[in-house]
Amino acid sequence: MDILYKIFVDPFMQMGTSPDLLVQTLWDGLVAGVLYALIALGFVLIFKASGVFNFAQGIMVVFAALTLVGLHERGVPAFVALALTVVVMFALAYGVERLMLRPLVNQSDIILFMATFGLTYFLVGLGQLVFGGNPKVMIASELYLPRGGLEFKALGGFVSLQKIDIAAVIIASIMVAVLAVFFQRTRIGRALRAVADSHQAALSVGISLEQIWVIVWFAAGIVALATGIMWGARSEVSFSLQIIALKALPVLILGGLTSIPGAIVGGLIIGIGEKLGEFYWGPLLGGGIETWFAYVIALGFLVFRPQGLFGEKIIERI
Amino acid sequence: MLYREAGQYKTNYAADMAVFPILQDRIGIAVILLIAYVAFPLLGSNFLLNSVLIPFLIFALAAIGLNLLTGYTGLLSLGTGGFMGVGAYACLKLTTFFPHVNIIVWIIASGFFSAAVGVLFGLPSLRIKGFYLAVATLAAQFFLEWCFIRIPWLYNNSVSGAIEVPLRTMFGIPITGPTATSVTRYLIVLSIVVAMTWVASNLVHGRIGRMWMSVRDMDLAAELIGIRLLRAKLLAFAVSSFYCGVAGAMMVFLWYGGAEAEVFAIDQSFLVLFMVIIGGLGTLIGSFFGAALIYILPIALRAVPAAFGLPIHPAAAEQLTFVIVGALIIVFLVLEPNGLARLWQIGKQKLRVWPFPY
Repeated sequence: MDILYKIFVDPFMQMGTSPDLLVQTLWDGLVAGVLYALIALGFVLIFKASGVFNFAQGIMVVFAALTLVGLHERGVPAFVALALTVVVMFALAYGVERLMLRPLVNQSDIILFMATFGLTYFLVGLGQLVFGGNPKVMIASELYLPRGGLEFKALGGFVSLQKIDIAAVIIASIMVAVLAVFFQRTRIGRALRAVADSHQAALSVGISLEQIWVIVWFAAGIVALATGIMWGARSEVSFSLQIIALKALPVLILGGLTSIPGAIVGGLIIGIGEKLGEFYWGPLLGGGIETWFAYVIALGFLVFRPQGLFGEKIIERI
Repeated sequence: MLYREAGQYKTNYAADMAVFPILQDRIGIAVILLIAYVAFPLLGSNFLLNSVLIPFLIFALAAIGLNLLTGYTGLLSLGTGGFMGVGAYACLKLTTFFPHVNIIVWIIASGFFSAAVGVLFGLPSLRIKGFYLAVATLAAQFFLEWCFIRIPWLYNNSVSGAIEVPLRTMFGIPITGPTATSVTRYLIVLSIVVAMTWVASNLVHGRIGRMWMSVRDMDLAAELIGIRLLRAKLLAFAVSSFYCGVAGAMMVFLWYGGAEAEVFAIDQSFLVLFMVIIGGLGTLIGSFFGAALIYILPIALRAVPAAFGLPIHPAAAEQLTFVIVGALIIVFLVLEPNGLARLWQIGKQKLRVWPFPY
């Protein structure tokens, strides 16, 4: 009975008695969720347009952030470095399309998935070789990102918000809005959606697959750069950051592999669920449950909706 | 010229369906086994046995395990590292409770624990497929890893949090623990791997293997011809995890001689998946090729600069290895998406009709 009480009653009692802690936890979850959602967004962009499950998204985040910081360390002004990093991400997208995707066109999904693994190894090695393996500090103040925290009294306690987190939420929202407009309203966006629907049909109406792939990988690279700046400013830029890519996977299957709104809603659910779980139920299990709790949430959803919350219904024909 | 099947008539069905239908293949496998059992232990250095052959065989076994699941049944799994860990920790607990039973028995038996865990985490496979399933198996990986760190009972409450392999003997000869020689350990690993490869070969050539392959090719159609999907998929998970579990137990007891939970981290899962795909999905020999390439290639690459006397910093060499391995994986996939096993097959076919092109 005691254990049942601890699982089903006690956490909610705590939430009721100290709402300030609940709000703080929810905010932490929200911020983490936004950042997961950003990574998931990169995955979804590529998966929709080319059917490639891009495992390298995590290392692309690290690589972009490292390039930015590394260039700045070598005396390039911050905003020039930012522009140069964008150029590097474009070169990466072009290289990937030219050397990896084009020769592998029409191969089965798992082969393409493996190829992105090769890309991950390649980028890990290259990043360390060029910029060194030590953690670096993100050039937050040079990019005019706010620092410090806000504390205010609320609900009988203190709630503290980091300014950088607020900035992250705002930038992520802007980014999602821009991407949504880009997808819905522009000519290229329409082409992207056509490719996502059917490669062959898109080809037959004169859409260049190669061009589209470069564009989506570039877009994913930009998303990776934004994620890298935000995440790097919160902690530091190091190769352990690529682990957050694994955190984005439950977000993906929760939201559905092909849905942009899914990536965002999934990110928020996972981020908030994970922080609540860790804070209220974690001590029961000895802590550190963050590593797998997200997967359990996602699995729970999957049992009822195998295609994720917003994924396209899987129709099979014999 | 030597590799011909001319004059070898098959007079019954069994001979026609044999795993090695050509005499030269049978001679070849006998020679390989002879070299593995006699020449390597007699002539091989400690380094060769300890750092090349033992790990190669263990990884090959793990790759076979994953290949049964991913290559033969078409279920993508990223939980291999976790399942290997279950084998290792189960073996440690078993030999702690029953120290007088031969350790080899426990290494094999630990596979059953791994199989049970595999079946548990294989349950979602009935509802979800493809990448969704891959991510679901990641849940197994992370949950198991967490267990290995957070439950001290699993590693006998040792202070370091690592598995410490106790000394175990057979006929008075130490086979695990610090005093065991590399030759003994090598021979045991080799025997287990050979025996289990033989079992796997029989499995995939028989009814069960055909059942798995039909599920892989199209599960709906397989269900229509009367295959029970739940049983087929769970059996694949069980057998695959069994193999991985035994590989994990051997890895700790016969190779490392002690290990922490990080050994069974997600990287290990990816490494084994690499081996399976580079080697060739759905081929047993491919698992060996893949293990050889992925495991031995970095060792060879590290030896290259030293051999030419180039002064490369060890860290830089490590990073360069990453770059080269990554690039090679892509190159291999571009050149031959069906893996090294396909190259081997093409080579054999060319030999058969040599000097004619076809």
